Amino acid sequence: MPTQIAHDEPASEDAAGPRRAAAAPPAPGRQRPLSPHLQVYRPMYTMVLSMAHRLSGVFQSVGLLLLAGWLLAAASGAQAYATAARFFAHPLVRVLLAAWIVAFWYHLFAGLRHLVWDAGYGFDKQVARRSGEFVVLLTALASVFTLALAWRHLGGAP
Amino acid sequence: MSGGSRIGEVLGHGSAREGVHHWWQLRTTSAALAVLGVWFVIAILTLPDLGHASVAAWVARPVTAVLLLLFVVVTTWHSALGLQVVVEDYVRGRGARVLVLVLLRFAHVLAGAAATFAVLRLAIGGTP
Repeated sequence: MPTQIAHDEPASEDAAGPRRAAAAPPAPGRQRPLSPHLQVYRPMYTMVLSMAHRLSGVFQSVGLLLLAGWLLAAASGAQAYATAARFFAHPLVRVLLAAWIVAFWYHLFAGLRHLVWDAGYGFDKQVARRSGEFVVLLTALASVFTLALAWRHLGGAP
Repeated sequence: MSGGSRIGEVLGHGSAREGVHHWWQLRTTSAALAVLGVWFVIAILTLPDLGHASVAAWVARPVTAVLLLLFVVVTTWHSALGLQVVVEDYVRGRGARVLVLVLLRFAHVLAGAAATFAVLRLAIGGTP
């Protein structure tokens, strides 16, 4: 009923009045509630893992350019491939390649953890912490194994 | 409820109604890449060497060519979707955000096209 609504509105405003006065001064205009800023959070282990997942993803996106360049060089012929090989042999690029291997495994295992979450499992605080530790452990193991395998490509003589 | 009030729709503030599709594609591509990615890394690292002859011969193998094409396309798509989320989260300002999103999409299509063509050339065109 319209009359009732008209009557309710001032009443609810009165009720909200003291609470608003006790809290921070009301912001002007239509201020929307903000999500907590990064600076407010105490850095937590699970949060760092979550950020690392994004960072490793972005980092690998940069690597996609190198993958395309490498394949294009191979398709362009031995001469172009030799030029690309010199680029990939640069120590800095080799360090990056090693970092891409670590990023690959981390993003893979952390991504699988996310898929489990998406399916609705593993949200328990203790479980989430343990699965995070598991991801880091698996990343370390897979990275060491892969880097050892890659040593002759990355570090050894080309 | 519909995604957005009528005035919101007029002003273009309603839901684009493609969020679930985006979300789901990011997950399906990630599941595919969990297999294709591991295959790619292991295959590259177990090649006898990374010289031109061995790489070209490896790509020219039919099974390699098919898996490599899938890997390249799915990786590019997953990367485009993932970076889009990051940009939408962190790039402030409508103009800057749209510009970065469009440039990123162009870059992904370019990288994906280049890699796809390279694999096809090596697989079908014969060793250059």
